[in-house]
Amino acid sequence: MITTRNWILVAILLLLGAVPAAAAYFEQPFYLDLLRRVMIFAIAAVSLNLILGYGGMVSFGHAAYLGIGGYAVGILAHHGIHSGWLQWGLAIGASALVALAIGAISVRTSGIYFIMITLAFTQMLYYLGISIEEYGGDDGMRVPVRSQFSGLVDLNDGTQFYFLVLGILAASLFLVHRLVNSRFGMVLQAIRSNEARTRAIGFSPYPYRLATFVISGAMCGLAGALLVNHTAYLTPEFMNWTRSGELMFMVILGGIATSAGPLLGAAVLLLLEDVLQGWSLLPREAVRDHWQLYLGIFLVLVVLFARRGLAGLLPGKNE
Amino acid sequence: MNKLLLETRELRKTFGALVATDGVDFDVREGETHAVIGPNGAGKTTFIKQISGELRPDSGEIRFAGDDITALPAPQRSHKGLARSFQITSIYREFSALENVALAVQAHAGHSFRFWRAAREDPALTGPAIRILEEIRLDRRKDVLAANLSHGEQRQLEIAMALATRPQLLLLDEPVAGMGTDESQRMIELLATLKGEKTIVLIEHDMDAVFTLADRISVLVYGRIIATGTPVEIRANQEVRAAYLGEDF
Repeated sequence: MITTRNWILVAILLLLGAVPAAAAYFEQPFYLDLLRRVMIFAIAAVSLNLILGYGGMVSFGHAAYLGIGGYAVGILAHHGIHSGWLQWGLAIGASALVALAIGAISVRTSGIYFIMITLAFTQMLYYLGISIEEYGGDDGMRVPVRSQFSGLVDLNDGTQFYFLVLGILAASLFLVHRLVNSRFGMVLQAIRSNEARTRAIGFSPYPYRLATFVISGAMCGLAGALLVNHTAYLTPEFMNWTRSGELMFMVILGGIATSAGPLLGAAVLLLLEDVLQGWSLLPREAVRDHWQLYLGIFLVLVVLFARRGLAGLLPGKNE
Repeated sequence: MNKLLLETRELRKTFGALVATDGVDFDVREGETHAVIGPNGAGKTTFIKQISGELRPDSGEIRFAGDDITALPAPQRSHKGLARSFQITSIYREFSALENVALAVQAHAGHSFRFWRAAREDPALTGPAIRILEEIRLDRRKDVLAANLSHGEQRQLEIAMALATRPQLLLLDEPVAGMGTDESQRMIELLATLKGEKTIVLIEHDMDAVFTLADRISVLVYGRIIATGTPVEIRANQEVRAAYLGEDF
């Protein structure tokens, strides 16, 4: 059964599909770029929502997989391999492997320990990125040639790239939707809800948590591959802990364990950031320079007054 | 005499200086309802947790259906046929009553690494779950969120979840705790329908429930079993009377 809120989500995706035509009509290609960025972060947020929202595992290191996905593309490109199949395959595979290693250790823990362990692993990767001079070290490196898909899609064409990102976003949303409502997903949510009870009826939490952690990491790795194609520049900042925090904020702002939440959260956070930074209507430069303050106030209000985030404000039943 | 389903030998568990379980020998015959009573702090919950696998004993042995299960984790014990209800209501509050029971059915319906089909619409899970809710007379409330059920209904749901794992042995930790008279009467009636069908270990404070349901009673005081016998024998036992300081039962 499709809920009201999921119909709203479908409507939002259809609207996003109309953006390229509208941007062309109004001659505002900038918005195509902005929304592509929003959607890439939405994919990362969808993947984080899977473990944080449905799995109850508060990962404070999810940017690690953005970085691994980014470096997988960047490193292959640096060595002259531009095949998107290989680059993105490596991005997904390497992210899954690293998630398996990090998850094998961290999903045994919970609460504050889980947060600290995921953060620690991501910081290790961040400093690894800084230390490797071959791939730009601290400064990062340009990735001027975009991933190539045997002529199927051309990422240099803004509209084609846009629709590819939209397609992957829709696929991720659908995948997570199926996953969390499957037998597997019911166990996952049961573990979040009441671990002792879940063990008592016969489920060992560990394999379910670990599998979710790996799926989530792989999905975020793909977002990383998209992001580096979007920015055409790769730096360790992909993996900075503030990036992990931003992803968490998107999920919480949008509404944890909701299907539309990650997309809404990513959209509102990034669009507000853009609006507040560039808004010439704001009375004084001084106000504009402190846009983060206003963003902060808004976020606090949402967290305080919208318990299920922005998605909780949509019409329809709570999930 | 029926054969033994569960036995503990020399079971011992300490928390620092506190000896919570002090060399307990305990056995449960197939088909009987065996109550464990004792004053507060006697170590009843610690004892049941060792049987269910949430706590590991320091020493001693637990055998279930002929196998040594002392080192087996809780989920695997569930698969061997041990089910427990919790003293403090332990359900999935954000799931509906039906989803709660369906999940317990699912735990014993093959592996759950199935990622695609919607579990809520799977008749292989909801079918048995509805039957158990009918048995427990909760079927009319199946779509209500567990959090919104009354306390008594939540306790019933606990039992339903335990039953859904199709256990050989039910460990019930104070099933009528915190219930009003009417509610507890209904629960006792419900448990009476299970009696004989299932082997039951009943931990309970409510003497009404214990003397109505139990075939045998063991009395646990300071981590030791001081007496085991039929309700009549236990009622007459001087040591038990002393432990309860003249409390009426």
